[in-house]
Amino acid sequence: MNVFADAVAWIFSPDRLTGALPLPEAIWTHLAFTFVAVLIAAAVAIPAGWAIGHTGRGREIAVALSGAARAVPSFGLVLLLVLVLGVTHKVAASVTAFVLLAIPPILAGAYAGVEAVERRVVDGARSVGMTGRQVLFKAEVPLGLPLLIGGLRSATLQVVATVTLAGYVGNWGLGFYIVQGIQIRDFSQILGAALLIVVLAVVLDALFAILQRVVVPRGVAAGRAPDDAPARRRRRLPDPTTA
Amino acid sequence: MRTTRRSALVATAATAVLALGACSGSDPLDGGSASSDAIVVGSQAYYSNEIIAEIYAQALEAEGFTVERNFSIGQRDAYMPALEDGEVQLFPEYTGNLLQFFDPDATATSPEDVYAALQEALPDGLTVLDQSSATDQDSYNVTESFATENDLTSIADLADLDVPLTLGGPAELEQRPYGPQGLKDVYGVDVSFVATGDTTVQDLVAGTVNVANVFSADPRIQTENLVTLEDPEGLFLASNVVPLVNADLADEIADVINPVSAALTPEGLVALNVQSTEEQRSSADIAADWLAENGLA
Repeated sequence: MNVFADAVAWIFSPDRLTGALPLPEAIWTHLAFTFVAVLIAAAVAIPAGWAIGHTGRGREIAVALSGAARAVPSFGLVLLLVLVLGVTHKVAASVTAFVLLAIPPILAGAYAGVEAVERRVVDGARSVGMTGRQVLFKAEVPLGLPLLIGGLRSATLQVVATVTLAGYVGNWGLGFYIVQGIQIRDFSQILGAALLIVVLAVVLDALFAILQRVVVPRGVAAGRAPDDAPARRRRRLPDPTTA
Repeated sequence: MRTTRRSALVATAATAVLALGACSGSDPLDGGSASSDAIVVGSQAYYSNEIIAEIYAQALEAEGFTVERNFSIGQRDAYMPALEDGEVQLFPEYTGNLLQFFDPDATATSPEDVYAALQEALPDGLTVLDQSSATDQDSYNVTESFATENDLTSIADLADLDVPLTLGGPAELEQRPYGPQGLKDVYGVDVSFVATGDTTVQDLVAGTVNVANVFSADPRIQTENLVTLEDPEGLFLASNVVPLVNADLADEIADVINPVSAALTPEGLVALNVQSTEEQRSSADIAADWLAENGLA
């Protein structure tokens, strides 16, 4: 436990407010990198995912591309982009790498959400005279929201953990302390920074969990977040002992 | 059926645990096939260090020793336990950085003082042979135009500048004794610090920083026209190339390795590095040529 006590002492030491990267600034830049990357990725991946889910076209390409993108090592990508874009564009290079990391889960969430909407619902919407656009935005998108938020949730988690790599190329994020701590063998510093990243990840995940519940349209059980669906189904099964 | 499946699962899990156990049990630094009389030469994961290690290895082979190479082990934390255990027996090192590893509060800065302090600080079972005049140490560099514009030759000249100074270097420089705090204490120079990681030289050339920490044997000091600022107050520890060797082996190989250290000059080390970074030659070829040129093989 001593190690953790030292790490916590490191976090709350007054020295954290001075130096090349004060701790509040590290947390702020860490979150800023995360949000900017997820927002850009969402702006690209959500419309694309809805289009794929609605039309059913391009699904194979999207699956292949996002699958391949998951295999790209982020660390190599950050350093490569810094060298390609030049050292004066380090922020753009790092954000690009994180955006590429965030796109696959968001894309998957967007098209899977739309695709998973029951055929009868879509047919029903069409039969009351909705146009294709209305079917998408009034039926498919709201019903697919829980899965889309799930995609955003896993993208945010991956990015908040990976933004650590920004510390390799500049005074940004909590990764700076880890990179520095490894070299100076300051293990309380490494652990302290790592714990803060865990805290950020847990807090963000909790926010998304709440959001995921909130966006479920009223009266829709099928659209519930995947993790509480099995529990409900099991409860509805007839009890074999009384049957 | 259910029990069969469960026992299959248990068996799989047990196999996985055993496999993991086997992984953690085997030592990645253990050469395994090493015959007992082979000398194991190690090197850092740093091209310049590997060239020197290759020179040691080939020089020993020329004298009839059996050598096993264990290169690119990583940084000091990774390989020092292997040296202390005797799994690796010869390693090219740098006096100042090595001294700081064993004695973080070391105050010596001149090559002789550092070498003497290092011999004191080394753990039992390890010793160093003669140090070379070749150095590969931290140094502060500016671009040629920045130096001419502001008439800079020494770190002390930085104190009189009106321009805000930004120091670039690896993240850990901020905490090193020769980092921003050292600059202020020794020379009265105020700098802000930016971690530039692996792109320090590119950052200096691009102007995102105006003072950069570069290793003195880095060929880019020449190719990028950088000016290394003199260090009259001895802010940096001298860091000469030195063979770190298992004490049991020291007398046996001293006659082979000491002439190598004597022949290796600062300019010579830069030239070796240039062959690696500019001409992309393998360390084995570079080492063979160097030994032939110096009549050591």
